[in-house]
Amino acid sequence: MLEKALIGNRTYWGWLAFLAGIIAVGAFFYVRQFSVGLGITGLSRDVTWGFYIAQFTFLVGVAASAVMVVLPYYLHNYKAFGKMTILGEFLAIAAVIMCMLFIFVDMGQPTRVLNVILHPTPKSLMFWDMISLSGYLVLNVLISHVTLDAERKGIAPPKWIQPIIILSIPWAISIHTVTAFLYSGLAARPFWMTAVLAPRFLASAFAAGPALLILMTLLIRRLTRFDPGKEPLERLAVIVTYAMTINVFLILMELFTGLYSAIPEHVAHFQFLYLGLAGNTALVPWMWTSVALAVVALVLLLNPRTRVKEPTMIMACVAVFVSIWIDKGLGMVVTGFVPSPLGHVTPYWPTFPEVAISVGIYAIGALVITVFYHIALSVRGEIAH
Amino acid sequence: MNEGRRSFLKTAALGALGVAASHALPATAEGAKATGGRRWAMLIDTRRCLEKKGCAKCAEACHVVHNVPALSNPRHEVKWIWREGFREAFPDQEAEYFDETLTTSKVLVFCNHCDRPPCVRVCPTQATWRRRDGLVMMDWHRCIGCRYCVAACPYGSRSFNWVDPRPHIAEITPTYPTRTRGVVEKCTFCDERLPEGRLPACVEACEAKALMFGDLADPASEVREVLRTRFAVRRRPGLGTHPAIFYLV
Amino acid sequence: MYDGSKILAGIAVFLAVVLLPVWHNVWVASAPRPEVKIAPGAEQCVDTAAVMRATHMNVLDRWRDAVVRDGIRTTTTPTGMTVPMSLTKTCMKCHYNKKEFCDACHNYLAVSPTCWQCHVEPQPEPKESSS
Repeated sequence: MLEKALIGNRTYWGWLAFLAGIIAVGAFFYVRQFSVGLGITGLSRDVTWGFYIAQFTFLVGVAASAVMVVLPYYLHNYKAFGKMTILGEFLAIAAVIMCMLFIFVDMGQPTRVLNVILHPTPKSLMFWDMISLSGYLVLNVLISHVTLDAERKGIAPPKWIQPIIILSIPWAISIHTVTAFLYSGLAARPFWMTAVLAPRFLASAFAAGPALLILMTLLIRRLTRFDPGKEPLERLAVIVTYAMTINVFLILMELFTGLYSAIPEHVAHFQFLYLGLAGNTALVPWMWTSVALAVVALVLLLNPRTRVKEPTMIMACVAVFVSIWIDKGLGMVVTGFVPSPLGHVTPYWPTFPEVAISVGIYAIGALVITVFYHIALSVRGEIAH
Repeated sequence: MNEGRRSFLKTAALGALGVAASHALPATAEGAKATGGRRWAMLIDTRRCLEKKGCAKCAEACHVVHNVPALSNPRHEVKWIWREGFREAFPDQEAEYFDETLTTSKVLVFCNHCDRPPCVRVCPTQATWRRRDGLVMMDWHRCIGCRYCVAACPYGSRSFNWVDPRPHIAEITPTYPTRTRGVVEKCTFCDERLPEGRLPACVEACEAKALMFGDLADPASEVREVLRTRFAVRRRPGLGTHPAIFYLV
Repeated sequence: MYDGSKILAGIAVFLAVVLLPVWHNVWVASAPRPEVKIAPGAEQCVDTAAVMRATHMNVLDRWRDAVVRDGIRTTTTPTGMTVPMSLTKTCMKCHYNKKEFCDACHNYLAVSPTCWQCHVEPQPEPKESSS
């Protein structure tokens, strides 16, 4: 099936060449970072995790969101998602690959990462994160390959893949729960140490992931003969609506507990995010943009007429995705470090090399998705050459 | 159950016990001397320390002996021991009406070598671990530079090498290694000096005799004597880390 | 096979290019085997030369773990010496010239151990260890 990736029109190859260029730029800056050290990023003694780890956190959610198409189809026989499951699984593979790359580029001694396997430490959540991410990648590669291969041969997939598909459902939940546990068990970081972090991660994942899937499906529908019909997209939009509502609700819950208790070390982090702290207001406009986008998204999603009409559905999905990306990919990680345990406020903003490397990794994800979707649609004879 | 199964279970249980016990016992006499049922701790007499205003002999000694780099960029600072404002070091002490000579001054801070260190709990490779005599150790060969320990430390004691530290060391002490870029470092209670029967470098260098290093497990030690007679605070005790650095206020 | 001649020609070209270092060593010039001054003036090592040549890296790894992780700092060697388990304090006392001893073989074999990124190279003059 991989040979299908080699047959494509000029748009396809032009897009891949463009992505290759971006990846090359990212690789160039990574070589610099590998030799000089992580000092070329905007990180500091106080803010030791930043853009890379934030992207990893956001993308784990996107990876987990494949479960939102797999679960209805395989557990509840919801036939309308039949054409979408492979897209969800491929999105999960691309997202997990990006997660692993973001972790890799964040390591101070990346050549030693295998120490996590050589010296297993079950008490450390990072050990379990490595296991759950690797396992999820293997599961999705296996499932997508077996089901797509069966489709290519025009037969039903083999029976043994069924329990593996069912396994991928709780596993998807686990990858994002484990990632949340990385943060929510640290007594040193009161902004993260909340029981609601894992549910919030899952809710925002199940809003942002399906929103992205809707947008990509519409894009593919434009570029190829692929058309799943209206129903799967409308159902997915309903899922996005519920998930986004729960996500916003949980954010409000966190705000209440933090602000009503008036405990200084809780209040300080929310103050930093929404008002600025000690003159540091870098994230404030971003957070209020995220709030505004969330409101717009909910207004468009909760109203069935705007949710179903494609132009407003697209607007809502973009608003959901960007709002959650800002919240998770910019706000959440850095705020855990501001103020520091010693009360210092150290500003953080990603540097150009840091952003270039990150964009390079996103380009790798886009490449993986493009190639896999191209293969899937070629198998289904839906590519117009 | 039948005899065969019973005896298997007995052997397995004894075997497991044996393995556990062998891990608990020191491997050689050398190992026993290294740990020897002790619990190292440090007392800081904040009043005596304040007598020498602007003194930084302890930090200088430590940073020279351990090749700690001096980086001009404050974002990349690496420090094992330094002075921090009283309010920052003790955020759960409401210091409003207390003695201002103390609360407006800076106190010495460094790794607390906790009994229940959160940094050790989160390290994915055991590059940091707690020795039985209380030291929270660092293995710079194994550290992958993930900085999870930095995130987990409630005291901000740990520093990461954002760049190669060597060019920033004024004069390298040849008897101790430097570190390389990409690993986390912190105070190690001078684990290289303890087996030689020497005190930590900071304690030796302190001219105000404000630092006391000793064995908490020995009821007759000086540190235990002092703790019986003077009130001491520890940093953020509510987090349950049981730090081994006591501040005599 | 289809295009058989082209495929075989391609494989031949590939092998020629990829094995270039081998051809160069065999037919043009090979790097001179280093003449290693093992330990001028020293009498006995912590083990036999054959064992050290084959396993000195493993010895150093074991020493590293014993000192750093187990807190055991001295050992009695198979040759009967009681020494601190330290590259800089023990090995470099006799093999004091890193360039002529360690680097000579390492460069020849294109091996670059990362030890010296952190551990401080002692001075080339033979002197008593200062600690």
